Amino acid sequence: MIQAEDLTKIYQMGDTEVRALDGANFTINRGEMVAIMGPSGSGKSTLMSILGCLDVPTSGKYILDGVAVENLDDTELAQIRGQKIGFVFQQFNLLARTSALENVMLPLTYAGLSGRARQDRAREVLGRVGLSDRTQHAPNELSGGQQQRVAIARALANDPAILLADEPTGALDSKTGVELMELFQSLHTENGQTVILVTHDSYVARHTNRIIRISDGRIVSDEVNHHLIKAGTPRMEETL
Amino acid sequence: MLYSENFKIALRALRANKMRTILTILGIVIGVATVVALLAIGKGATASITQEIQSGGSNLLTVSAGRQQAGFGGGGGQSREASYLYYADYQMLARGLTDNISAMVAVVQSSYLIKFEAESFSANVLGVMEDYQEVRSLTLEHGKFITEGDNKSQALVVVLGDQIARDLFGSLSPLGKMISIKGIKFEVVGVLESKGSSMDSPDDALFIPIETAYSKLFGETAIHDGKKTVNDILVSVTTTEAMDSVAAQIEFMVRRSHKLAVSEELDFNVLSQTDILSTLTSVTDTLTIFLGAIAGISLLVGGIGIMNIMLVSVTERTKEIGLRKAVGATRNQILTQFLIETVTLSVLGGIIGILLGIGIASAFALSGLIPSVITADSILMAFTFALAIGVFFGLYPAFRAANLHPMVALRYE
Repeated sequence: MIQAEDLTKIYQMGDTEVRALDGANFTINRGEMVAIMGPSGSGKSTLMSILGCLDVPTSGKYILDGVAVENLDDTELAQIRGQKIGFVFQQFNLLARTSALENVMLPLTYAGLSGRARQDRAREVLGRVGLSDRTQHAPNELSGGQQQRVAIARALANDPAILLADEPTGALDSKTGVELMELFQSLHTENGQTVILVTHDSYVARHTNRIIRISDGRIVSDEVNHHLIKAGTPRMEETL
Repeated sequence: MLYSENFKIALRALRANKMRTILTILGIVIGVATVVALLAIGKGATASITQEIQSGGSNLLTVSAGRQQAGFGGGGGQSREASYLYYADYQMLARGLTDNISAMVAVVQSSYLIKFEAESFSANVLGVMEDYQEVRSLTLEHGKFITEGDNKSQALVVVLGDQIARDLFGSLSPLGKMISIKGIKFEVVGVLESKGSSMDSPDDALFIPIETAYSKLFGETAIHDGKKTVNDILVSVTTTEAMDSVAAQIEFMVRRSHKLAVSEELDFNVLSQTDILSTLTSVTDTLTIFLGAIAGISLLVGGIGIMNIMLVSVTERTKEIGLRKAVGATRNQILTQFLIETVTLSVLGGIIGILLGIGIASAFALSGLIPSVITADSILMAFTFALAIGVFFGLYPAFRAANLHPMVALRYE
C-alpha cells in the first residue's frame, strides 16, 4: 500500500524556488491500476521518482507498506528499488551492446541470484512479454516496442509488487502503444501487480481504473475511471 | 553480489573501448616496465661489482699509504705531508703478524713505457713477490708466475696481464719474447688469464720481481728518506671473522713503527674488501633508488591518466549508473564496480609492464652492455605499486559514481 501525506518537493533553481510537488495526498492500495495525468511540468515525474524511491520529498511523508521511506538508508532504499518496485521508462534505458537476456538479468544480479537461476528467470519473464525468440538481441537490433518489452521484462524480473511506468508509450507509435497497454493490463489482472502509469495522454490513462490528475504540483482530481478501455479497442472509436 | 560479477562488468566496459583501454594502460605499462628494468640493471651492477671485488679475494686487507679521509681534493686545501709506507713496515708486519694470516706481500707500482717491436705504450708495472698470485687469486694462461728465485736473483723477467699480452703481441705467443720496460729488456715468462675489467684489474698490468723493481727499474721513485717504499701491503686473512682483529693489529703495529702520537691521525689506510664493497654498493644502491624514483614518477603520471579516463567514463555512463541504481544497485556495489574497473586497468598494465621490463632487462643483459638481475621482490614491488595506484586513483572516480543521485543520473543527457 502506498500512502502519500502532504508530499512536497522543492527544487532550488538559482534564486527561485520551484515547487514541483506542493502537498500531494493520496493512497493507492495493493493491486490497483492507476494513471497519474498532467501536462508537462505538472510534477508528475517528480511524484513518480519519489514513489519509486529514486528521490526523497523535501517535506511530507511517503509510507510504503507501512514503512516511512525517509527513515531508510541507502542500502535499504536500493533493496526496495530492486525488489519491491519495477521501473519502466519512456526512453527504455537499456544497456547498449548488451543482450536482452543480460539486460533483464541486471536486477537479478543485484538481488544476488546465482548465474543459472538468473538466466532461467530472465528467460521466463522475456517469455511473459513475448520475446522468447529475441533473448540474444542487443537493443539496437530490436524495434522500439520490443525494446520497451525488454524494459518491462527487466522491471518484472524480481516479481515486484509495484510496477511504475513513466510515459511508457511516449516514445512509441500508437499501435505499439496499445499493444503495450494490453500487456500492462494483463500483468495487472494476471499477476495482481499494482500498476502506476504516468502519462499526459488521456487515451492511455483510460486503460486504468483510476485517474489522478495533477497540475502545478497539486492533485486536482482523483476519480474512478468509468470509461475503462479494454485493451485492443481501436483508438478511433474512442475519439469519435 | 560477487566480485566476479563486478569483474565481468569491468571487463565488458574495458572491451567496449579497446583503443582507450590500451592508451590508458600504456602509462602504467611504461612506468612498471621502467621500474622493473631499472631495478634489474641496478641489482645487476651491484652484483657484478660485488663479484669483481670478491674475485680479488674476499679476505684481503689492503694496507696503503695516505691519510684517512684525505678525500678526493686532498683534504680540503689543508697542506698535508705526503705519507709513505716502507718496505720495512712490510718486514715488521711479516715478522710480527702470524696468527690468522695465510699470506702477506708488498707491492710497488709505477707506470712506464712498454715496447715490443713497433708497439709501445704506457702501462702499470707492479713489483711483486711470489705469493702475490695466491693473494689476488690469479691464474696463469701460459708459463709461470714470478718465483722466489726470480726475486733472489733479481731476474729480468715479466708476467703479462691478459690485455697487455694481447696489445703487445696480438696473436703471437708472448712466452720467451723480450720486451722493453723503460728501455730495459725483460723476458716474458708468463701470461695471466683474464679477470674481467674492473678497477685496478690485473689484465692491464705487468708483473716483475719486487727486488728487480727496486734494484733495476724504479730507482729513486721507490726510495724516500733512504728507505725503500711500497705502495701497498696485501694481507690475506684465513677467515672472514678474523678480519677485524687483524686489521686492528696492523693499525696498532704500523702506528707504532711510524711513531705516530695517540692524537695524530693515521698516515695509512687499512681497507678490507668488504669496506670497499660497502662503499661501492652504497653508491649503486643510491643510484638504483634514484632511478627507481624517476620510474615511480612515470607510474604516478600513468595513474593520473587512469583517473582522468575513469572520470570521463563515469560522466559518460551517468545514465547507466542511474539505471543500475534504479534496478537495485547499492552505493557500495557501484563503488566496487568502478574500483574494480580501475584496478583491472592498472593490474593489466602492471602485468604487461613487468613482462616488458623483464624483456628490456634481458635484452640489456644479452647485449652484454649492462648486466641485469631480475629479482622476485622487484617484480612484486612493481606489481604492488601498480595495484596501489589503481586503488588510489580509482577511489575518487568510483566515489563520484557511487554518490550520483539516482534521479539526477537517470535524467542526465
